[in-house]
Amino acid sequence: MKLKKLLAFGLIATMTLAFTACGSKGNDTAADEETKTEEQGNTTEEASEDTNSDSEGLSGTVVITGSTSVEKILLDMIDEFQAINPDVKINYTGTGSSAGIQDAIDGVNSLGASSRELKEEETSQGLTADAFAYDGIAVVVHPSNEIADISLEDLAKIYSGQITNWKDLGGKDSEIVVVSREGASGTRGAFEELIKLEDAGGLSEGATVVEGNGNVQTGVAGNENSIGYVSFSFIDETVKALTVGGVEANAENAKAGDYKLSRPFLFAYKAESLTPEAKAFVEFTKTDDAQAYVEAHGGIKIN
Amino acid sequence: MENNKNVIDKQAHTDMAEVRMKPNRVRDIVEKIIETIFLLCAMASVISVIAIIAFVFWKGLTPFLGDNSYSFGAFITGTKWDPGNDIFGIFYMIVGSVFATIGAIIFGVPIGILTAVYIAEIAPKGLVKTIKPAIELLAGIPSVIYGAFGVGVIVPLVNKISPRPQGESLLAVICVLTVMILPTIINLTEASIKAVPKSYREASLGLGASKTQTIFQAVLPAAKSGILSATVLGIGRAIGETMAVMMIAGNPIGGIPSSIFDKIRPLTSNISMEMGYASGRHQEMLFATGVVLFIFIMVVNITLIKITNKAGEK
Repeated sequence: MKLKKLLAFGLIATMTLAFTACGSKGNDTAADEETKTEEQGNTTEEASEDTNSDSEGLSGTVVITGSTSVEKILLDMIDEFQAINPDVKINYTGTGSSAGIQDAIDGVNSLGASSRELKEEETSQGLTADAFAYDGIAVVVHPSNEIADISLEDLAKIYSGQITNWKDLGGKDSEIVVVSREGASGTRGAFEELIKLEDAGGLSEGATVVEGNGNVQTGVAGNENSIGYVSFSFIDETVKALTVGGVEANAENAKAGDYKLSRPFLFAYKAESLTPEAKAFVEFTKTDDAQAYVEAHGGIKIN
Repeated sequence: MENNKNVIDKQAHTDMAEVRMKPNRVRDIVEKIIETIFLLCAMASVISVIAIIAFVFWKGLTPFLGDNSYSFGAFITGTKWDPGNDIFGIFYMIVGSVFATIGAIIFGVPIGILTAVYIAEIAPKGLVKTIKPAIELLAGIPSVIYGAFGVGVIVPLVNKISPRPQGESLLAVICVLTVMILPTIINLTEASIKAVPKSYREASLGLGASKTQTIFQAVLPAAKSGILSATVLGIGRAIGETMAVMMIAGNPIGGIPSSIFDKIRPLTSNISMEMGYASGRHQEMLFATGVVLFIFIMVVNITLIKITNKAGEK
């Protein structure tokens, strides 16, 4: 008997659920159809309002090659852009900044994506650099640490294990706990590149490796001898951000290029051969909608 | 009249026979369907395990085969993991995982066995009612909570006694793993102690042995195989634990641990830390790490099966 009751109850429950599900689905589609016509009107209006030059007849393929660091931001922007401009197809391939810039010089892509400033020999070949975001990495220590400033050379020595005691940097006599990120982290890649860790011998075997910015921050906050690096958005009162070469870690200094642990995310292209759809995309990446993705992935917005 | 009644009776009889026959056929079909459902359910786990093994081994063995392959020897004996420079050595991770597991067994098994003995043989019923739910709760705590506890409590404690400037260490991992394997060991050991026939205890006590002597000389030896399989299951749990261990191990990129205050990078945390971002060769190497881990777990399981089979033969 009990079993039957249970079964009956179960069946009723399933039926109720199934029917309610159907019901709401039906409602949704009906509502959708009603609003669809309205929305269509709206989107065409909006499109003609804020992107009047490129809304009409924008079609074609944009080929972007270059930096892998920008991948996450760029892919989100591409999705959004293609939703607005369904006739434009954007292909992104992560080949590395230098390869992307070379492609732009050779004219084999529409846009080259770079996560470093262009070198002189690159700009002299007629390339324009157009930044759409910045990336900043802050060096953090425990708030009780006396050290306030550090140089890139010292960072390289600390992370490669040549300096192992705070007293060598003018601090107290205790061993430095070096906190780094997991092998595939983009922040780690950028940090090691910017401090030229490879030239100093690579990451020390004594370094603690944690997963994610958040774990670096809590790890550093929990140990007064530790040093770590995080994206700017992870600086808070539990850790102290060091000045690097006397420059404070903030968005303004990163954009100005004064703060050395920062880099721009930019497009490199030849202005004269820029296609309309590529131009539209470059402009789109600077809109508020697109810049929201920069922030979502830990970058610094351009405005 | 009587004749008539007889006819009706007969008819009723045949009717009933027919009625009885029909549901039988339906029942047969239902039985078949249910049997198939059972079979499908049983196949689900078999297919899953085959799929997982095939996938992990296929992915994990690719980097060692074909052109431009990575030397398997360098992989298994290397003491540095630096994917950025194409260096993939996991020997120090194997050592770390094994040390952590051995440590957890050294502390966890005695504590677990004594707890089980206490629950099964000595503790008053009232106390058992509080100890047992506590152990069951311990088994149900998600491992990330163990990790958070490790970060918040054990790591700072280790930091205080450690000669190193930080608490993330082999010792912290052992502490957390010990607590994590306790429920497994306690529950299985208790069950096997309870399965020891009462006559063993009566005989031992009757010969004049004390309660302690009875437990250690008669009951525990009789429950030996159960305790052994509990230990093996504990090893399996300890070596496979990922989340809690990742948060407190320190995960250095190289170096064989030489003291319990050294950092370790267990095989499991190597995979889970980097899989999210890894691609290409790096990702394949993480699968290869998975293969090594898999082999460890298979050895543990085969040992377990051997032990339980032996117990069955008795």
